[in-house]
Amino acid sequence: MLDASEGYTTEDGRKIGGVVMEMKNITLRFGGVIAIQDISFDIREGEIRAIIGPNGAGKSSMLNVISGFYHPQEGEVWYQGAKRPPMKPYEVARQGIARTFQNIALFEGMSVLDNVMTGRIRQMKAGMLAQAIWRGKAEREEVENREFVEKIIDFLEIQHIRKTPVGRLPYGLKKRVELARALAAEPSILLLDEPMAGMNVEEKEDMSRFVLDVNDEFGTTIALIEHDMGVVMDLSDRVVVMDYGKKIGDGTPDEVRNNQAVIDAYLGVAHD
Amino acid sequence: MFYREAGDFKTSYSDDSQTFPIKFDRYRYYVVLLVAFAVVPFIINDYWVNAVFLPFLIYAIAAIGLNILVGYCGQVSLGTGGFMAVGAYACYKLMTSFPEISIIIHVILAGGITAGVGVLFGLPSLRIKGFYLAVATLAAQFFLVWLFNRVPWFYNYSASGQISAPERTVLGVPVTGAETQPWAGYLICLVFVFACAIIARNLTRGMAGRKWMAIRDMDIAAEIIGVNPLKAKLSAFAVSSFFIGISGALFFAVYLGAVEVGEVFGITKSFLVLFMVIIGGLGSIFGSFAGAAFLVLLPVLLKNVLVGAMGWPTDLAAHLEFMIVGALIILFLIAEPHGLAQLWRVAKEKLRLWPFPH
Repeated sequence: MLDASEGYTTEDGRKIGGVVMEMKNITLRFGGVIAIQDISFDIREGEIRAIIGPNGAGKSSMLNVISGFYHPQEGEVWYQGAKRPPMKPYEVARQGIARTFQNIALFEGMSVLDNVMTGRIRQMKAGMLAQAIWRGKAEREEVENREFVEKIIDFLEIQHIRKTPVGRLPYGLKKRVELARALAAEPSILLLDEPMAGMNVEEKEDMSRFVLDVNDEFGTTIALIEHDMGVVMDLSDRVVVMDYGKKIGDGTPDEVRNNQAVIDAYLGVAHD
Repeated sequence: MFYREAGDFKTSYSDDSQTFPIKFDRYRYYVVLLVAFAVVPFIINDYWVNAVFLPFLIYAIAAIGLNILVGYCGQVSLGTGGFMAVGAYACYKLMTSFPEISIIIHVILAGGITAGVGVLFGLPSLRIKGFYLAVATLAAQFFLVWLFNRVPWFYNYSASGQISAPERTVLGVPVTGAETQPWAGYLICLVFVFACAIIARNLTRGMAGRKWMAIRDMDIAAEIIGVNPLKAKLSAFAVSSFFIGISGALFFAVYLGAVEVGEVFGITKSFLVLFMVIIGGLGSIFGSFAGAAFLVLLPVLLKNVLVGAMGWPTDLAAHLEFMIVGALIILFLIAEPHGLAQLWRVAKEKLRLWPFPH
């Protein structure tokens, strides 16, 4: 088992740091339905952590617990060494947790640039009056953050559409814009809810490359949910496997692949 | 041919985010400003000011205000008339209580008071959306008009129940009251329109505007990236009501001079401003001007053509006006939900390539 304070080195030689976020015995119920049952796992600095499982396993619920949408009935969320009190989603976002959605949640009426700029909310603090006259802090912030946003836009190769309203973009590009918006926040943890859903092979390759590059360039910690097993096994450093709200496996892709409970969950077991 | 961005290079991000990024637009804007400030005041007479310019300018402020709430933040409001009344009565009370202070300060303070009232009536928006919110703001409309009718303190216990603006001067020139010269009333309104439009534009191109639009387009996603929905919605109500309050104050003090609340700031006013925003274009400052101009000019034009040129009876022309405005609203909602502003944008796209369409 891994030590909480020390990191480890991955097969490809990347250094993974200490624990950023730890879920301790999380249980989430909706009335009589138990969506998540007594699950614990940790996310370490700089790693790509995957959460997988068959449909209805509770993966998205888990992500919603992390991002503050759902409040678990039992268990604790520890973030950056402190227990996190129950908070609203926007407060979680301001602590540096950014996410993307399974069904794209972009602002359709706004341009790509404006969408990505909204990701900078955490960094832009000018008051209403300063913004109204567009002088001093407001103007300075606008330019500084624009510079950062342009780097992200450059990085994700969406320069050519920066002024296009998001509503007019095709699906694959929208996914990329959503990633850009999340990245613009300079998150300490980036949550990706099925970043490759509904994509063809080339788009998946592009997206995988972006996920790896993000992790590599910015050192961003990433937690992702994905159904494509090939993608998951290739990208992630450690994998949590869920089934019917319970954790049935946790470890490196190789460990998980050979875990009998995981094989049973995915392939089914013979009932006699 | 005239209208193009080729060769107009931006070398800084502040250049790129300015209000009129295209050179041609920018020069046209300067020309409009020059004409509005330096030419129009010398050539207008009483008829033009009272029939066209004052209502256009004042409704433009109200439309900008409502557009921030409805067009940018996506919160439907039918309380515009009520909020204009708050601005008017606040201005009246301030003018009569502190006669030595400048009217300009009074108008701005009236906007501030209306902002406070707007925030109060905006509170339901945290729980309810769309149609239901519209009904909640309708309550504001009726309550406010009732309040100003029934509480004599608001109209200084005058026998008629009306409020009328005493004479106030700016730099020695009367801008309210019977002695006001046409150009003086026009200029004071123009200054307010100019300031309001710039403030609205700055807010909507910056972070405040992005927060509002995020709430409008998808409130859940807005919250997940860090927009506090409470602050965003209430700030939209505050800013919107601030502008509407200013327009109400000007409407009363400079344009009408005397006001009976039920008649002037009734539900029809709320709908009129809402139609301006819809016809002009939701989520566009230019659209607010276009909508205000359209709905102010249309009756004047129809009256001049039908009554003046064709000799129709006045009431027939007035009824025809209702029918035309009604038909236009339906037409716009079906054919061009983004209003005149969108038509203008499409025209500009075409002009960019003209005369070589490919």
